[in-house]
Amino acid sequence: MSPAIPILLALGLGLIGWLSARSRAQIFRKAARAGGSAMQSLPNYHSWYVALWVVGPAILFALIWNAISPGLILAHVLADPSAAKLPSFGIGRDSILSEARSIAAGQMAKAFNPQASPLVEPFRIAMQRYGTIGIVVTILLGFVGGTLAFLRLRPDFTARSRVERAVMAILLVASLVAIFTTFGIVASLVFETVRFFGFVSPFDFLFGTHWGPDPMAAPTAGLGDRYGAIPLFWGTIFIGAIIAMLVAIPLGLMSAIYLTQYASPTLRKWMKPLLEILAGVPTVVYGYFAALAVAPVIRDAAQAIGIASASSESAMAAGLVMGIMIIPFVSSMADDSIAAVPQAMRDGSLAMGATTSETIRRVLIPAALPGIVAGVMLAVSRAIGETMIVVMAAGATARLTANPFESMTTVTFQIVAMLTGEGSFDHPATLSAFALGFVLFLVTLALNFIALRVVKRFREAYE
Amino acid sequence: MSEVFDTTRNDRIAARIKSRYAAERRFRAVGFAAVLFSALVLAFLLLTMTSNAIGGFQRTELRFPIDFSNGALTVDASQLEGSGALAVLEGAGLRDVVSFAAAQSAGDQAAAELDDSAWREVAKQLIANPDQLQGKVDASLSVSDDLAAAWRGEGSPELNVLAAQLIQQDKLVHAFDPGFLTRSDATDAQTVGIWGALKGSMLTMLVTLLLAFPIGVLSAVYLEEYAPKNRWTEFIEVSINNLAAVPSIIFGLLGLAVFLALFPNFRSAPVIGGMTLALMTMPVIVISGRNAIKAVPPSIRDAALAIGASRVQTVFHHVLPLALPGILTGTIIGMARALGETAPLLMIGMRAFVASPPDGFTSPATVLPVQIFLWSDEINRGFVERTSAAIIVLLAFLLVMNGLAIYLRNRFENRW
Repeated sequence: MSPAIPILLALGLGLIGWLSARSRAQIFRKAARAGGSAMQSLPNYHSWYVALWVVGPAILFALIWNAISPGLILAHVLADPSAAKLPSFGIGRDSILSEARSIAAGQMAKAFNPQASPLVEPFRIAMQRYGTIGIVVTILLGFVGGTLAFLRLRPDFTARSRVERAVMAILLVASLVAIFTTFGIVASLVFETVRFFGFVSPFDFLFGTHWGPDPMAAPTAGLGDRYGAIPLFWGTIFIGAIIAMLVAIPLGLMSAIYLTQYASPTLRKWMKPLLEILAGVPTVVYGYFAALAVAPVIRDAAQAIGIASASSESAMAAGLVMGIMIIPFVSSMADDSIAAVPQAMRDGSLAMGATTSETIRRVLIPAALPGIVAGVMLAVSRAIGETMIVVMAAGATARLTANPFESMTTVTFQIVAMLTGEGSFDHPATLSAFALGFVLFLVTLALNFIALRVVKRFREAYE
Repeated sequence: MSEVFDTTRNDRIAARIKSRYAAERRFRAVGFAAVLFSALVLAFLLLTMTSNAIGGFQRTELRFPIDFSNGALTVDASQLEGSGALAVLEGAGLRDVVSFAAAQSAGDQAAAELDDSAWREVAKQLIANPDQLQGKVDASLSVSDDLAAAWRGEGSPELNVLAAQLIQQDKLVHAFDPGFLTRSDATDAQTVGIWGALKGSMLTMLVTLLLAFPIGVLSAVYLEEYAPKNRWTEFIEVSINNLAAVPSIIFGLLGLAVFLALFPNFRSAPVIGGMTLALMTMPVIVISGRNAIKAVPPSIRDAALAIGASRVQTVFHHVLPLALPGILTGTIIGMARALGETAPLLMIGMRAFVASPPDGFTSPATVLPVQIFLWSDEINRGFVERTSAAIIVLLAFLLVMNGLAIYLRNRFENRW
C-alpha cells in the first residue's frame, strides 16, 4: 500500500472540516450581525482552525506509522511458524525477507528463492492488517481532532490568534531546517571521519606524502603509508588556487574594470548577460569541454615545446577551464567592490589630471583591494570544491609535482573515486572520502568566513 | 601669455603625456581583450558542442525494402492487437524476415551489421499499421556501432569498403534520429536516447521544488519579518549563508550518510536525489527571498497594520504577493543550478546504468548531467556526438529557465 494514501485521506478530511467549519462560522456571523455585534475572528480563521486540527494530528500519525509499520510487519512475519526455517543471520536471511516482501507488495511476480514463497502469505496478511490499522487510526484521529475543534467554535472564539500562532510555529520549523542541515553535514562528516581515524592516524593522513588506497585490501589498522593526503591537497591547491586563479583573477578583474569604467552602455548591456551565461553553464559541460577540446590542444602544445611527460589528462587543462568558469564570479565580486569606492575619491583623482587608467590603478584598485581579495578567497573556495571538471579532466594519479602538464588528482576527485565503487562502508578507503570531505568543508568554511568578515569591515569603512 | 605656455610645455612633458596616453590606451585594450576572451571562449564552447551535436541527433541507417506479401510472416492482422503483439511477431520470426530482407537488398555482410534490436522498429511499425502485413515496407533501420563508424570512414578496412559501397547505392544513410529524444540509455551509441535521463531529471526537480520552495520561502519570511534579534536567529542566518557556499559534493556526502542510511531501498531514486538537491537549493531561495521581501517598502506594511491587519495578515496578504516575482526569479535560478548539478547525485548512486525510464519517484533513475558524465567516459566517436547532443538539450533547458527568470524579473518586478 502506498504511504501517500493516509496522507491524502487526512487532507481530504481536512477539506471537509474546513468547509463545515466555514458554514458554521457563517451562521454565527449572520446571527451576530442580526444582533448588532461582530465576531471575534473572520469565518475563514474558524475554518483554518478546524482544518489544522484535522490534518495536523492525522498527518503526524501517518508519518510515524510509515516509519514504524515495517518493523511491526516484520515482527508479525517472524512470529509465523514458517519463519522458523529461515537462516538465523546474514545476507541470506535479509534477501529472502525482502524478496517475500516485494512479492507480497506486488512489485515482483515470483520468487527466485524457494524459501521466500511460504513467507509471502504472512507478509500479505500483515501488510493488509497494519495498512488497515494505519488508515483507520488516521481517519479516527482526524475525525476526533476535527470534532473537538469544531465544538469549540463560538462567535467570540479567538480563532485568528490561534491560527496565527500555528503559522508562526510552522515558519520557525521551516527556518530550523537550515540548522538541521548544517548539523547533519557536520555530524555525518565527523562520525565517519572518526571511524576513519580508527584505521589511519590523523597525523599520517594530514602529513603523509603517499596516496594509494586499495579498496580490495583487508581493512586493518595502521595503514598510514597508503593514506597520506598531501599529494591531494597539493593537487587541489595547484589546480584550484594557482592555475585557475592565474586565469580568473586577471581576466575577471580586467573584465569588471572594462565593463564598469570604459564600456558603452550598449556593450555593457550585451556583455553582462554573456558573463552570466558563462557562470550558468553546468560544470559537467565544462568538464566535457576540458576533456574533449582543451586537453588535447594543451598536450600537443606541451609536447611541441619538448615536454615529453605531458599527459592528455593534465592539471593545466582542468585548471584553465576551471579558471574560465570562475571569471564571472571574480568579475562580479570586483564589480561590487569597485562600485563601493566613494565617487569623491575617483573625482578627486581625475580632477588632479590623472588619466582614467591611472585613477583605476592608483586609486580605485587600492581602495577596493580588501573587497577584491575577499572575492578572490570566495572564488578559491568555490574552485577547490569544484568536482566535475577535475573528475573529467585532471586524472587519477596522486602526484607531488609542479609540472602542470602532468596528470594530477584532487580532494574532490578522490571523494568521487572512493565512493562510486562497490566498496563497503567499513573499509578505510570508503571512509577516507568522508575525512577528505571534512577537510574540504572546514577549509571552504574558513575561507568564506574570513572573506565575509573582510567584506563587512570593508563596507563599513566607506559608509 | 602664449610665450609662457610654450616654455612650460616643453618636449619632455609632451613626451610624457604621450606615453601616459599610450598607457591609457593599452590598459583599455587589455580590458577589452579580457572581455573579448570570455566571449570567445563561450563561443568556442558552444561551437564545439553544437558541431559535435549535429551528428548526435542523427544515426546511421540501412535502407531496404521488406516484402511481407510472399507469406514469409504468417501473422494475421487480428493477432496484432493487445499487449502480446510484440511477442507474436517475435515468435513468427520477424527478426529473421528482417535480416533476410536486408541480406537480399544489401548483402549478407550488411545484414549481419544490422542492430540487434532493429527488428523491433519494424514490429512497432506493423503494430501501428497492420495493413502493411500484406504489402511492402520500406525499412530504415539502425546499424551496429561498427558500421556506423565505417560510415565515417573510421571502421575496420573491410567494413569501410562495405560502407562506401552501400553509400554509393544510397542504402546506407546518416539521417535525423527523432528516437534520440524518446529512447533511454543503451550500450550502443546508435541506439541510446535521453528520455530516461530527462524523465529522471524532471522527477528529481519536482521533488526538489516541492521541498525547497515552501521551506525556503517560509524561512525567508520568518527571518525577514518575524525573527527576534537574538543569538538563535543569528545562528540560523550564519547556517544559511554557509550552506550557500558549501561545495555541492558535501551535500552528496550528507545524502549518502543520512538519506541513504535512512532509506536504503531508495538508492538511485529521484526522491533521494531531489531531497539532496533541495538542501542545496534551499539557501539560494532563502537568500533571494529575503532580498525580495526586504525590497517591499515599509509603507505597505504600515498601511496594512494601520487599518487593523494582524502581522500574519500583513505579510501573507500584502508583502508576500508583492515579493513573489523576486522570489520566483531566485527559485528558478536555484532550480537551474540544481538541474545542472552532477557531483552530489554521483554520491547517492544515480550513476547506475538504467535502460528504461523511471516509473516513479522511488524507482532507480539517472539524470541528464549524470548521463552526460557517463557517456563522456566512452571513447567511441558515436558517443562523443551523443554526449554533445545531450549537452545541447541540457543547455537548451537551462536557457529556457534562465530566460524565464529574466522575463519574470523584467515583467513583474516592481521598482519602488
